Amino acid sequence: MNSAALFGYCGAVLVGLGLYGLITRPEVLRKILAFNVLGSGVFLLFGVFARRGAAAGLGADPVPQALVITGIVVAFSATALVVALLVRLNKETGQVIITSDDPEESGKQGVLP
Amino acid sequence: MTLVFACEVVLAGLLVAIATWTIVARTAFAAIVVFMVYGLLLAIVWVALSAVDVALTEAAIGGGVTSIVLLGAASRLRGSKAAVPSVSFPFKITAGVLCAVVSAGLAAVVFSLPDVAPTLAPVAKENLAESGLGNPVAAVLFVFRAHDTLLEKVVLLLALVGVWSLASDSAWGGVPALRVYASPSRILVFLDQILPPIGIMIGIYMFWAGASQPGGAFQGGTILAAMWLLTMMARLQDVPSISARWLRLLLVVGPMAFLAVGLAGFFFADSFLAYPPSISKPLIIVVEATLTLSIGVTLALLVAGPPERLPQQ
Repeated sequence: MNSAALFGYCGAVLVGLGLYGLITRPEVLRKILAFNVLGSGVFLLFGVFARRGAAAGLGADPVPQALVITGIVVAFSATALVVALLVRLNKETGQVIITSDDPEESGKQGVLP
Repeated sequence: MTLVFACEVVLAGLLVAIATWTIVARTAFAAIVVFMVYGLLLAIVWVALSAVDVALTEAAIGGGVTSIVLLGAASRLRGSKAAVPSVSFPFKITAGVLCAVVSAGLAAVVFSLPDVAPTLAPVAKENLAESGLGNPVAAVLFVFRAHDTLLEKVVLLLALVGVWSLASDSAWGGVPALRVYASPSRILVFLDQILPPIGIMIGIYMFWAGASQPGGAFQGGTILAAMWLLTMMARLQDVPSISARWLRLLLVVGPMAFLAVGLAGFFFADSFLAYPPSISKPLIIVVEATLTLSIGVTLALLVAGPPERLPQQ
């Protein structure tokens, strides 16, 4: 196993971890954090493909690298926007989770499947 | 197994452990602080993958600015007493199995990658001289795939418009309430008098060096944003009103310069976002300089959040 493969497996595990947090943590803030972990795992996989594409004296293929840089900036933009939405939600309703608008459903609040 | 590889194994293990901690940590504050460490560790991994440009971006944006935004949100939500539903154990097990399957699938993909990896590195290297730049990643960002970079700037601005539009009607056009976890102390103020001159220098250097070495407009702009945010957090400088004309101008000057150069490409080169080869490097430097400024201001305002009060007359 070389280092590219090692970090490839690492990225795969990070994606799974992030997904797990996204599904099981009810608080929106923790979901955002988990989503960032998931995203970084995907970026890491990109980095592995870039590293494997090392050629012509370059340590890694520059095209996936540039895509990841763009991806990190876009992920940050999305995070900032969704954090602002969360803060507004909290200001309006006092909630830190997303609840159903349906009155029948919200009666069952407090228990997730 | 060489020493370097052993270090990489430790690094990968640490990264997974820290990521797990971020997910399972009891309080949001702890999770975010750990996430900050995670961003820095990930930056080291990027260096190990020979992607120094990405490492700088990850440390600055992924670990740094994202964590400040999250900390700000955590400090606003700190007082809320809303009940958080508990998640049942079988549900956690099911989710865990599902996520393990996803991870295993991705790992299988990594395991079965072809021996000869497809790469665009030789093509990028061949055309590097034509772009006038020495850093292949910067060349991809500003020459070969300039559309991506231009659109990404637009995404940043759109996100900022989205954040601003969450302001209440009475505060529209007002001043963002930059909320930080801790109130300014003498230590913070002292640091903020020492750090910004050095930080601004590093930010400008990073943009300048980005043409031929790792670095560039994103990384430099983020450092400038961090310095501005620090001085605002220590209350050495007021948060500007979002309706200030100079602020709006700084926000759009970078993307506008990029777009103008891109459109000029129709007349002076072959197509949109093509540069005339003789002056391509100076053009890219000018675009990058304005972009650095705009990125810095946009990032800082994204962190500051929606306006919450009207400017004092």
